[in-house]
Amino acid sequence: MTNEFEPKIVAFVCNWCTYAGADLTGTSRIKYSPNVKIIRFPCTGRIDFMLLLKAFSNGADGVIVSGCHPNDCHYTSGNFHARRRWITFRVLLDFMGIDINRIVFAWVSAAEGAKWAEVVNSTVNKIKELGPYENYREIINEVWEEEKWEI
Amino acid sequence: MARIGVFICHCGENIGATVDCFSVAAEAAKLPGVVYSVDYKYMCSDPGQSKIKDAIHEHKLTGVVVSACSPRMHEPTFRKACAEAGLNPYRCEMANIREHCSWVHEKGEATTKKAFDLVRTLVEKVKNNHSLEPIKVPVNKTAIVIGGGVAGIQASLDIANGGHKVILVEREPSIGGHMSQLSETFPTLDCSQCILTPRMVEIAQHPNITLYTYSELESMDGFIGNFNVRIRRKAKSIDEKLCTGCGLCCTKCPTKKIPSEFEQGLANRTAIYVPFPQAVPNKPVIDRTNCRYFQTGKCKVCQKFCPTGAIRFEQEDEIIEVKAGAIVLATGFEVKDAGFFPEYGYGKYKDVITGLQFERLASASGPTQGEIRRPSDGKIPEKVVFIACAGSRDPAKGISYCSKICCMYTAKHAMLYKHKVHEGTPYVFYMDIRAAGKNYDEFTRRAIEEDGAKYIRGRVSNLYEKDRKLIVRGADTLLGGKPVEIEADMVVLATAAVSCKDSESLAQKLHVSYDSYHFFAEAHPKLKPVETNTAGIFLAGACQAPKDIPESVAAASGAAAKVIGLFSNNELTREPVVAKINQTPPPVFSTCMGCELCMQICPYQAIDKEEIKNRNGEVIKTIAKINPGLCQGCGTCVAFCKSKSIDLEGYSNKQIYAEVMAVIND
Amino acid sequence: MKKKLGFYPGCSLEGTAKEYSESVVSLSEQFDIELKQIPDWNCCGATAAHNLNKTLSLVLPSRILAQAQKNEMKEIVVPCAACYNRLSVTQYELLKNDQLKATVEQAIDMPLNTSIRILNVIQFIQEYILPEIPEKLSHTFDKKVACYYGCLLVRPHNILKFDRPESPQFMDEIMQMLGAETIDWPFKTECCGAGLSVSRTELVGKLSGKIVREALDRKAEAIIVACPMCHANLDMRRPAIDQYLEMKTEIPVLYITQAIGMACGLNERQTGTRRHLVKVIGNYFTKTRIPVENNENNPITVEEII
Repeated sequence: MTNEFEPKIVAFVCNWCTYAGADLTGTSRIKYSPNVKIIRFPCTGRIDFMLLLKAFSNGADGVIVSGCHPNDCHYTSGNFHARRRWITFRVLLDFMGIDINRIVFAWVSAAEGAKWAEVVNSTVNKIKELGPYENYREIINEVWEEEKWEI
Repeated sequence: MARIGVFICHCGENIGATVDCFSVAAEAAKLPGVVYSVDYKYMCSDPGQSKIKDAIHEHKLTGVVVSACSPRMHEPTFRKACAEAGLNPYRCEMANIREHCSWVHEKGEATTKKAFDLVRTLVEKVKNNHSLEPIKVPVNKTAIVIGGGVAGIQASLDIANGGHKVILVEREPSIGGHMSQLSETFPTLDCSQCILTPRMVEIAQHPNITLYTYSELESMDGFIGNFNVRIRRKAKSIDEKLCTGCGLCCTKCPTKKIPSEFEQGLANRTAIYVPFPQAVPNKPVIDRTNCRYFQTGKCKVCQKFCPTGAIRFEQEDEIIEVKAGAIVLATGFEVKDAGFFPEYGYGKYKDVITGLQFERLASASGPTQGEIRRPSDGKIPEKVVFIACAGSRDPAKGISYCSKICCMYTAKHAMLYKHKVHEGTPYVFYMDIRAAGKNYDEFTRRAIEEDGAKYIRGRVSNLYEKDRKLIVRGADTLLGGKPVEIEADMVVLATAAVSCKDSESLAQKLHVSYDSYHFFAEAHPKLKPVETNTAGIFLAGACQAPKDIPESVAAASGAAAKVIGLFSNNELTREPVVAKINQTPPPVFSTCMGCELCMQICPYQAIDKEEIKNRNGEVIKTIAKINPGLCQGCGTCVAFCKSKSIDLEGYSNKQIYAEVMAVIND
Repeated sequence: MKKKLGFYPGCSLEGTAKEYSESVVSLSEQFDIELKQIPDWNCCGATAAHNLNKTLSLVLPSRILAQAQKNEMKEIVVPCAACYNRLSVTQYELLKNDQLKATVEQAIDMPLNTSIRILNVIQFIQEYILPEIPEKLSHTFDKKVACYYGCLLVRPHNILKFDRPESPQFMDEIMQMLGAETIDWPFKTECCGAGLSVSRTELVGKLSGKIVREALDRKAEAIIVACPMCHANLDMRRPAIDQYLEMKTEIPVLYITQAIGMACGLNERQTGTRRHLVKVIGNYFTKTRIPVENNENNPITVEEII
């Protein structure tokens, strides 16, 4: 059991809803899996999807993007832009051969502490089933070797 | 070269019990760029803050990472401490190892490792932080209060008496809210109208207050100190300047059978109406959906009789734009409507009424002039059953919370009934009696002991009509669940207090958070009870959660104090989290190509065009220009920019890339 | 083509409620539906099992479901409200708990998939009988009736998700379609005394007595039920009821399938009404309906034509 695969997951969340929601998960002492680490953004609209690729190339097995529910954005429309960008971007990712099942897009409001735990746990389970994201890292490493790219 | 200091907080046992803080501090010390790393029991305490200040001096730190609770809790505390030690506050970041780590994971290696990972991530971020200066913006010293119930009235008067302008917006034709409907108030049993109406009049006469009744908020933009608000003034169909409020139109109006909202459907009103005699302003409006002229095109009786010719059928809704520095939300609550209680037969049996309807029956100005008569046949009821927690504290009904006011007003109703009908018997079905408050428990005891209200602890299972009586069946759980059956003449439901129907859309217009019941959310449940997450917008009264009158008034005064405090500044400093267009040396000036995409997507219209001219005044390039006063720092433009020419201070590309690269490290 | 559905009668329909079984089967035949009994079915556990042994109370219904599944039945009709309740609760519990499902599968030694649709008699009528009622109706049911649902058909609501738990309507709607007038009464889901029928008959007399009295007070001429237990208490225990009410009551208790059967012209052998203890005079309730061409939705009674 000790060698069970523990996926590394990065969560990109907005400051006003999901970050606060995750704080509420904490204050409510709802337990979830420690595989997820949160990076705070002002708004999901700020999230440049190239960052997702960076996370994968750096060894992430999965990514969660989460912000305010539609209409609840602190900045009126940032989450709509994020959603639209995601719709376009996933097609591109899919085309490029990136497994879009490894990216979870969710809406978690500041009042949904329990939902955040649920999102994290279900994502961890899903990524555990998918296994480590070796093939992407292999490709990236090859490219690095050949081109001597820098991050 | 960066010199970072790392400070790990135990938060007593909160972090220390699950995370090995000592080893995290030891590991952090080994990170490149970290020159000082220490753990301490309470970082936010005075000695803890001194530790940070001392380290800044001693180790000449260029950046600080405090690993403790959520930055939403203590970021300002630690940034202030850094500033006091001479370090630019924006060089201080927090790693959240409490809410996002120690509180949500079990004790163990994985948790300590995660805590360390979070520290490392923020260390990498802070290496890319640079000094920022807060932005100064002017403050418009006018407050908008939305909702003219007791909370809105109190907040308006407090702010206006503080010497500032107030715009009070009320949706109904008159201010007063629910309190004006109440008969008498607990625990003193003084007349609600007697204490409220003088304040309503004060609103109308106060030189600092502009009152817009029959008006609703249309939209809002801007930010603290500088809100732009559009208010829809619904057409009242009268000229307020000419109208003297004589009321002749109301007596002549031929459409007389409209259930009165104020009387909770227990009496009727006309199509042109003043909601109640003490209304402020005491001038009628025409309810167009019920007006004969607006429905059929014929009538105009009111116009014929109006002695001053004040009727204006052609009037249209008007949208006015006002500027304000602060907004107070005081939109109040509603009681759960019919159809929600099929088991209690509300809506089906006429003599099953809500607590608010009972208030009207008991009110001296109500449809029965204060005599308790049941709605079906006007008979004085000999037995009245009060059902507490009708809907509240019932997860199956979707309302898990306690409506808070019902225990008290049910006791009050039982008393009022007993005072008016001496030979009558009030029965109260209850779950618990929650009478916490000054003189509250004494009040309920009085209802039971002196006025003989029969309290039965248990719930009502079924209620039906038989031979003009309402058979109420329930259980007495204090007698081991013994079934109880009462043949009542009238049943009063202490219906759940819920948020207003359109509170969700209002919250969305104002970018205020709300909870799952659509009550507005405070910024912090204990320490910021009247603030919202949006700076400059405050909460007063029952729009936040069910509240009784004293609490609503207290919250309103609290919000008013916050507004007056805000208005005591001529200028405000704002977080310098704003987007910036990069600058490069001439002849390029900026990598911005002037595609104007950012201008279209900016939710605040903060981006404009800037023309760059050569010496001869000829335009050589057009680039985007961001107004830092308007920019709120959402960063949508940063992600949108095709040429990567925009960056967001505090969340710059460099900072976030550094975080992403550091968060996973094997 | 003949529609085929699985059928689980349960113990009552083999014994005290034989007439219920007869009416369900003959009604189905009338509407061209074949009800195929689940082979080798067993007891559902009824009210006893879940008070004594939780696992057993889930294992018993599971075996029934597994048998149905083995015989490739996708939908099963369960006329007995208690059986319907137990089967539905079992399906609900197993759907939410995989571990429990594994335990149960081991106990019955059969694989189990929980996707079988369990239809109570009202759902069965709504889906398979009602659409063809206008064609097959030969009589109208022109009396005032009290629809009595009992406790097991509509509760617990979060599991069964069927009708309004406080004041159910579906049976009323069906009876109205047959031409009956239904009373709006508060005793639709009142307790009839259920299993106390055997051990404390006098208490059943009191509980069921209140139901009968309420129906009579509101001028109902028949009580319509959809549960063998309700029927047993209201019909078989009538002497106890009469003793409690201190009067002789004659209001008959009909299964909803019998009522539809009557309106479709089935005889009393087919509907099973001859087995009742409170006498049912079949032709008392119905009148011949003469369908008028192009006006099928407007049944006209003989009297009106004369």
